[in-house]
Amino acid sequence: MLEVGLTHYLSLAAMLFTLGVFGIFLNRKNVIVILMCIELMLLAVNINFVAFSAELGDRVGQVFTLFILTVAAAEAAIGLAILVVLFRTKGSIAVEDISSMKG
Amino acid sequence: MSLEVVAVFAPLVGFILAFLFGKNMGDKGAQFVTCTGIIVAAIASIMLFFEIVMGHEGHGGEARTLTLMTWFNSGALSVEWALRLDQLAVVMMCVVTIVSSCVHVYSVGYMSHDKCKARFMSYLSLFSFAMMMLVTSDNLVQLFFGWEGVGVASYLLIGFWNHKDSANAASIKAFLVNRVGDFGLALGIFAAFFLFGTVQFDELFSQAAESKDTVMAFLGYDLNAITLVCLLLFMGAMGKSAQLGLHTWLPDAMEGPTPVSALIHAATMVTAGVFLVARLSPLFEYAPTALMVVTVVGGVTAFVAATIGMTQFDIKRVIAYSTMSQLGYMFFALGVSAYGAAIFHLMTHAFFKALLFLGAGSVIHAMSDEQDMRKMGGIWKKIPMTYVLMWIGSLALAGVPFFAGYYSKDMILESAFADHTWFGDFAFWLGIAAAIMTAFYSARLLFMTFHGKPRADKHTMDHVHESPAIMLTPLVVLATGALFAGFVFYEPFVGGAHHNVHATTEHEEVIVEHTVEAPILDEEEHGKEITREQFWGKSLFILPENDTVAAAHGVPEWVKMLPVYMGVIGLFLGWVFYLQFTALPGVFTKIFKPVHALLFNKWYFDELYDAVFVKPAIKLGKLFWASDKNVVDGIGPDGVANRSVGFGALLSRFQSGYVFQYAFVMMIGLIAMISWFYVKMNLGLEHVNLDVVSGLHPKGGE
Repeated sequence: MLEVGLTHYLSLAAMLFTLGVFGIFLNRKNVIVILMCIELMLLAVNINFVAFSAELGDRVGQVFTLFILTVAAAEAAIGLAILVVLFRTKGSIAVEDISSMKG
Repeated sequence: MSLEVVAVFAPLVGFILAFLFGKNMGDKGAQFVTCTGIIVAAIASIMLFFEIVMGHEGHGGEARTLTLMTWFNSGALSVEWALRLDQLAVVMMCVVTIVSSCVHVYSVGYMSHDKCKARFMSYLSLFSFAMMMLVTSDNLVQLFFGWEGVGVASYLLIGFWNHKDSANAASIKAFLVNRVGDFGLALGIFAAFFLFGTVQFDELFSQAAESKDTVMAFLGYDLNAITLVCLLLFMGAMGKSAQLGLHTWLPDAMEGPTPVSALIHAATMVTAGVFLVARLSPLFEYAPTALMVVTVVGGVTAFVAATIGMTQFDIKRVIAYSTMSQLGYMFFALGVSAYGAAIFHLMTHAFFKALLFLGAGSVIHAMSDEQDMRKMGGIWKKIPMTYVLMWIGSLALAGVPFFAGYYSKDMILESAFADHTWFGDFAFWLGIAAAIMTAFYSARLLFMTFHGKPRADKHTMDHVHESPAIMLTPLVVLATGALFAGFVFYEPFVGGAHHNVHATTEHEEVIVEHTVEAPILDEEEHGKEITREQFWGKSLFILPENDTVAAAHGVPEWVKMLPVYMGVIGLFLGWVFYLQFTALPGVFTKIFKPVHALLFNKWYFDELYDAVFVKPAIKLGKLFWASDKNVVDGIGPDGVANRSVGFGALLSRFQSGYVFQYAFVMMIGLIAMISWFYVKMNLGLEHVNLDVVSGLHPKGGE
């Protein structure tokens, strides 16, 4: 039976992170997906924190994870709020329509 | 405050008030201050005339110079603001201020439909001030100041109607052509300073006699210095006085409002050249070659301008060419040393030419701004006052006996004849030919404008009206001058009664007893009348052997009568051509087609200058422009600007506005940085304490 060790946790985190990154880059649909991908990346980081915390026997990592979760929740709220406003002004949340910063 | 200060500076005050506060005081206020300024100046000038020229009980007055302040001191060059009040200056002041007053008052009526009355009036006053500075100057530099001042005023007034392209072009042309002449004038002033070490008139004149043989190097030639100075100064006079070669600006200057044409381009400014030569008579007298050039240029100008005047149809242009022709007369009078006759003609001409111009303005006003004589005719009953006044002006111009022009023009022609030199005779015959043409085009102008069938449309004809009193009153004043100025001033200006020529400088060689063939007036009259010598005092200098005015009184009878016959014949021909047999001009035009074309196109001067100077200059300018644009700008400012714009455009493509692309770039950057750091650490940075990194490893754990 394979023992689940640090390497596996880190691999999972890396995979989640990569998924999140590619989700942002390749996503052509809508902004909610981008927000979700950001959440995904944050979770990947959290997994790293927790994994190292357990491995090193240092609880600071797990405490930090809780902070991150709090911040992520706040961020998600703000992000969704921005999204609502965006929809109200633009009438769309398609990623392709959001390019008013184009130079 | 002395009279001369009032006379010179009253117009300046009028100018400043009207120009700066014209908006506040309104049109009426501006017209009031400028007219008051110039009329005060005129009264002061006339008082000065009685004080300085007439003097007390026929003895003549004293010339004086009033120094106002030092302008600048630079090494040997010292220039002062001074008012030189001698007879010549005072006569000029009177002419300028009287004509200017008439024009100021006339303008109030003539410009009544214009929007910018205050600006117009202020320019007129500015001109009058500059002209007064010119005629009262005591040195060449102050004269140059006045000279350029009148040039600026002329430029501003020609282009006064600046919504018309033709007016703008004409003002620029006048300015440029005058620059050519002024270039000569400036060189002449430099040369005079170089030669004499001073620009002050009295000091110049006192050195003239002794340096008449000095030689000066100019453009690689050794020339007689005084001749050179005089010729250069005369170049300036040619430009200002529209002598042949530098005359092309004058007809175009008729684009300005008619009062301007009367004041500046007929009566005063264009005579500044005549004044300059008369003022510098002590120099010109020692430069016979320069005098010869002056005579020839004057004679040819008188003739050529008269020929052109016969063929033009614009009423103002006809009078403009006539002005040029009369200026030619004045110059050849100067050339044969008949300075008094030249100034005499200057004065009478100022009156009758200003009268003609203002009369023409009155006609134009009546005809709803129509200037083409082919569209006039048959209006004499509707504007009888203008008609009569135009007749007076024209008869004076044609030299019909007892009008002002008769006395002065005859005097000039007689002087030219009495000079007994080849150029004197040359100018005399050209002048005679010009005299018949003068009478002819004067008659042509009158008959085409006032007689015959009306050629204007009905609407215009219904609208024809006599000008208001404010326009006619100045005309009457000028007409009085045109009628009586010749008769009254003949004796003092050019009279023959004298026994010897007075010295005009301190040099003894000049004081020579001079016998005159002229009929000497009886002693009784002599006692009452002021003589020519007393009248002019020391302001005009004539070498005894050159005194053609005196000799002119002894010319044969046919010489005296010839100009009168010419005038009458010319008028008669005009009557035949343009009133009796109106088909004749057309027939003659056909027979002499090439000649007519030459004259009608003003001897192709404009075309010639266009081909020789204007077009090459434009081509050269375009060449420089192209090379500047392509080479200098292309590499320099424009090149740098274009490169940075291109680079910016390239960079701006990165800014797509899509957040995910930004994130992607960030990601790539992050990866690149980490890779770089990683590679750097593994390659040759062994000394870096890897424990920092490996500290993460749980090797020291438990």
